[in-house]
Amino acid sequence: MDAIASISRRSFLVGSVAGAFSLGFDIPFARSQGTSAVREINAWVVVHPDDRVVIRIARSEMGQGTLTGLAQLVAEELECDWSRVSTEFPTPGQNVARGRVWRNFSTGGSRGIRESHEYVRQGGAAARAMLVSAAAKRWNVAEAECSTSNGVVSHAASGRRLRYGELAAEAATLEPPKDIKLKDVKDWKIAGKGVKRLDTAPKVDGTLVYGIDLRLPGMLTATIRDCPVQGGKLKGFDAAKVDRMPGVRKVVAVDGTAVAVIADSYWQARKALEALPVEWDMGPGAGTSSATIDAMLTEGLTAENVFIGTRVGDAKAAIAGAAKVVEAVYSYPYQNHATMEPMNATAIWTADRCEVWCPTQNGESALAAAAEAAELPVAKCDVHKAFLGGGFGRRGRSDYVRQAVLIARQMPGTPVKLVWSREEDMMHCAFHPVTKCKLTGALDASGKLVGLHMRISGQSILASLAPQGLQNGMDPVVFQGLNAGGTEGQFGYDVPNLLVDHAMRNTHVLAGFWRGVNLNHNAIYVECFMDELARAAGEDPLAFRRRYLKPKHRAVLDAAAERIGYGKPVPGRFHGVAQIMGFGSYVAAVAEVSVKEGQLKIHRIVAATDPGTVVNPAQIERQVAGSFVYGLSAALYGECTVKDGAIEQTNFDTYPVLRMDEMPHVETVLVPSGGFWGGVGEPTIGVAAPAVLNAIFAATGKRIRSLPVAKHDLRSA
Amino acid sequence: MAVLTINGKRHEAAVDPETPLLWVLRDTLGMTGTKYGCGIAQCGACTVHVDGVPVRSCSLPVSAVGDAKITTIEGLAEGGRLHKIQQAWLEGDVPQCGYCQSGMIMAAAALLAEKPNPTDADIDAAMTNICRCGTYQQVRAAIHAAAKA
Repeated sequence: MDAIASISRRSFLVGSVAGAFSLGFDIPFARSQGTSAVREINAWVVVHPDDRVVIRIARSEMGQGTLTGLAQLVAEELECDWSRVSTEFPTPGQNVARGRVWRNFSTGGSRGIRESHEYVRQGGAAARAMLVSAAAKRWNVAEAECSTSNGVVSHAASGRRLRYGELAAEAATLEPPKDIKLKDVKDWKIAGKGVKRLDTAPKVDGTLVYGIDLRLPGMLTATIRDCPVQGGKLKGFDAAKVDRMPGVRKVVAVDGTAVAVIADSYWQARKALEALPVEWDMGPGAGTSSATIDAMLTEGLTAENVFIGTRVGDAKAAIAGAAKVVEAVYSYPYQNHATMEPMNATAIWTADRCEVWCPTQNGESALAAAAEAAELPVAKCDVHKAFLGGGFGRRGRSDYVRQAVLIARQMPGTPVKLVWSREEDMMHCAFHPVTKCKLTGALDASGKLVGLHMRISGQSILASLAPQGLQNGMDPVVFQGLNAGGTEGQFGYDVPNLLVDHAMRNTHVLAGFWRGVNLNHNAIYVECFMDELARAAGEDPLAFRRRYLKPKHRAVLDAAAERIGYGKPVPGRFHGVAQIMGFGSYVAAVAEVSVKEGQLKIHRIVAATDPGTVVNPAQIERQVAGSFVYGLSAALYGECTVKDGAIEQTNFDTYPVLRMDEMPHVETVLVPSGGFWGGVGEPTIGVAAPAVLNAIFAATGKRIRSLPVAKHDLRSA
Repeated sequence: MAVLTINGKRHEAAVDPETPLLWVLRDTLGMTGTKYGCGIAQCGACTVHVDGVPVRSCSLPVSAVGDAKITTIEGLAEGGRLHKIQQAWLEGDVPQCGYCQSGMIMAAAALLAEKPNPTDADIDAAMTNICRCGTYQQVRAAIHAAAKA
């Protein structure tokens, strides 16, 4: 038996003993492959003889609650007993082997539920139909005479009942139904309810094994330092200076850009890496700084050659003929995801097989990266997904997976866990892109908004990470929340002459998907500028917006304004509003703040969301509150700056984030209008910053157009 | 050789005396409930109790522990019963990704031991742990709930 099979089996056995779910490294289908008598009913559902139901979840769980929401949807159609439900993650390798029966594993863009609700519900409904069919056969009655509830099939006419656990083995042998009718949302009993998460228990006693916690027999630990400047190279290192340090096993080059120390433990690897003399070729990015980037972006604000995202009417003509023109330039800095769990992956490689255990938002891309680095066919590799200690877009990339495999290849047959330091994590990610925006608004003589031109200048995420997604060179994702129409993120205002264009200006610093993505800065640009236009028109910011807002946009803003008591804040406090559409949902917020002697206090936020359909209101509430922590951390403090090509912030002392004492009270208002499925993890992050910035203006008369807030003096002049 | 009393049990660890307690717990003793977040005592993910006092174990050399009694998240429950903070966390459905929660729970348990009925200001002062998912609102509610339990 080879080393990998042995380790996989052992870790699975450990998982079985401790509870595979809590270990997080379940290797499902060991059972259906013959180690247990329990056979799946279909890819989504396993029912044990004792009525325990295991629901398979293809998407990753990183705190956003998608695991629980997806399980609710399957359980709803299955009509099982919710108290007996647990979940497991199929591996990407199994997905490939089974013709992608679980479809997409990628978990980002608030897509987990909204893009898979239909087929996961069909999975639950099909399994239910097969259980009914099995019961009907056994009783020799028509299926239509049988009903299901809470994990039991009943035959009302004869009073007979069979538990799902008694029927599962037989159901598993039946043909799946051809026609599946899903329940109407109004009939939901499990979905749509604020049930508790399924993954909480092992998170309160320390037993959940995250990727960084994995321990395999004979495992070594590596830590890595990549060239401080992205695009640079490793010139050399003097391993002899450290290879006799305690615990050190090997010092290895990785991919020509990085060096790693492999040791018995993390601390030993880290001490040796700190002591290791390394020479870098910093590469072409070394001459870049925040100032040079800013100059490049500023040039883009008036450039001729641009990509046009949205064009309605003739904005330039409207501006030329306006009674009043309002102009402002905003900017948004680089941000780091700073997941609490630093990047890590564990790999074991032999000439014949490669297995990886890692936290990933994209299991299939991690598998592809592992296979490529291993130089093995995909069929000889697999990735075991762990629960993530935060994702926020960072773990959609597989750079750390590739590194782990490349390191493990240099210790064939030995499992090696690669753990990044926080410092490495802060300096090497694909950062929230840096952009600037020049807005020009046209008011007619009556103060009516007749034209708007938004010129965005800055980085393209797709150009950095997925250039194949560019459309004739244009990055359509740049225009999140600014599209002329569509179901993903339309511009909220009816303006007769609207132009949104993009001067793409990329740097050597990779831009990536960061919770909220381009909605973060786009919402600031639009919503702060709407405030500026309202003031210029001499109108209240809410009343001004309401005149131009499309109905669903206006409805969420009204819901937030009504709940907070807009216009009647506690004396000494001030309101700021914002709305946006993103990730398929309509959102709005009103912030209530005070500024005393330059000290900002955010007292209260009311956030309204119309996600169309609500799967778990309690978890949405948590996502919304959390999105404000993330969005306000960036708005108040977050800024990654560049010096000599390298990111300067290396830990939470220089990249501060919001803590408990600054947490405003966040109230979530859900106004689902039905008929569509929008995301909830990200949209409200878009309105966090502009609502607060507009409230700061109301409180101080100071218009903040560059972030973070912390670098501005809020004291009255 | 470091000799430590952790969760009421004696452990020996053959490590460099400068090794932070965090890495002795995680790598040498296999107690991975205590998390690495920043390594510079900023985030609190590594919080353990040293003689009942919440301490950031990433910045505490194992040689400085001496005879002190260490409690980690693995030892917070007693006799198979969850600590009332853990119970409140369960009932309040507090964690999101959960990675910072061991440290949060250890900080909250130490707060309650010192102040059985903490005010919001007490919570603000004691709970300086970082949570990137943004569970602060649920954390605060759960501490108040545990105080009443």
